[in-house]
Amino acid sequence: MDFDSLTFDEVTRNFGRRRALNRVSLTCHAGELIALLGPNGAGKSTLLSIAATLLTPSSGTVRYGSQSARDGGAALRARIGFLAHDLFVYPELSAAENLWFFARLHGVRDAAQVVDGALRQANLQDRRDDPVMTFSRGMRQRLAIERALLHAPRLVLLDEPFTGLDDTAVVATRARLSVLRDRGCIVLLTTHDLETVEALVDRAVVLSGGRLSAIDKNQGGLRAGYRRVATS
Amino acid sequence: MSFLRVVWLVMRKDLIVELRSREILYTTLFFAVSCVLVFAFGFVREGQPMEDVGAGILWIAVAFSGTLALGRAFERERQSETMRALLMAPVDRPALYVAKLIGVMALMAAVEVIVVPLVALLFQAPLFRHLPMLLALLLAGTVGFTAVGTMFGAMLARARSRDVLLPVLLYPITVPVIIAGVRGTSALLQADPDPAVARAWLSLLLSFDVVFITLALWTFEPVMTD
Repeated sequence: MDFDSLTFDEVTRNFGRRRALNRVSLTCHAGELIALLGPNGAGKSTLLSIAATLLTPSSGTVRYGSQSARDGGAALRARIGFLAHDLFVYPELSAAENLWFFARLHGVRDAAQVVDGALRQANLQDRRDDPVMTFSRGMRQRLAIERALLHAPRLVLLDEPFTGLDDTAVVATRARLSVLRDRGCIVLLTTHDLETVEALVDRAVVLSGGRLSAIDKNQGGLRAGYRRVATS
Repeated sequence: MSFLRVVWLVMRKDLIVELRSREILYTTLFFAVSCVLVFAFGFVREGQPMEDVGAGILWIAVAFSGTLALGRAFERERQSETMRALLMAPVDRPALYVAKLIGVMALMAAVEVIVVPLVALLFQAPLFRHLPMLLALLLAGTVGFTAVGTMFGAMLARARSRDVLLPVLLYPITVPVIIAGVRGTSALLQADPDPAVARAWLSLLLSFDVVFITLALWTFEPVMTD
């Protein structure tokens, strides 16, 4: 299956008595890169987990094109790439083994070739056979980004993709995200590093107290827009 | 991707991880052997074991070490939240359950290979007199125990008190497995072995296996979604 939009419609998510998301509505289109901003505990990761089909909303609907997560099932999951705060890689396996395992699990053809390409993108060719437990946080992050993108997903969900990356890797990751957008992916990312994504994102929204507000980044930039929403 | 292909991929990955760390195998084996040795100190006097204790001790060692293996198998998936990555893969989710089930069973089988001769030696139990029936009881019992344990292990992987909750949930439900295993094995260890009784307990174990594997395959996807 394929889709060209992701729509949250009045999505609410409760954890016990705590309301993490409160009637969130947002539509993202193919070829769009959207920053999801907000303070710690605002519900950003919860929203990404719902988009990744790992959580279900307490109320409201999420649609991928015209389909719901339940209708889409495994075919829908095949079109979603998710980088979570926890990196979803096995520390005991090497970089190549991790990528190969997830490539095969996602039914990627020519897995060996795709893995080589991913290692090149992550600049980890010379460490391909080293266990991930010996990697620095930045190296793990680069590997995890490539793991999320191995199967050429339509919807790319990235939770703090720039965490632990050095300047060179930040530049490379920004270029990578730009290419994904140009290829027609829907890219939804969370970050606290507003300056890094300022020129990259098409638009930005802020989650605060479970509620979503749009930022007009053309009025003084992302930082100013974020402050306006946070203080309003 | 086919169901069996997914099972093989996940099992292979688990096997490689375990071969690198040997963490679960060594800890469960150490625990099972320690358990048998402690009972040997209590129940063997002047080289003579108490009557009919071998079967109970064998199954206690299997159940306790199995609980340890189940907890660690899912702790590994929790550390980097890789369970969520597995759940996001476009595969039949029950295949993930089956892969974990077979993986834990393989570890328990490795423990049983050591524990059965040890119990036979320390408790002078003629465990090898009806070897095919003993193997059938152990296999059916291990399947039943791990079928329930794998389900709970996966459900509790993200719970804060998982180490406490796993045995609390697991043992009451697997009591029939442990009773059937002990009584079936005990029937084989008597001075006058009774294979018919052992077969009856084996039938009960097989029924338990069918019921709980069916239930687990049916409920795994909805239980793991949220």
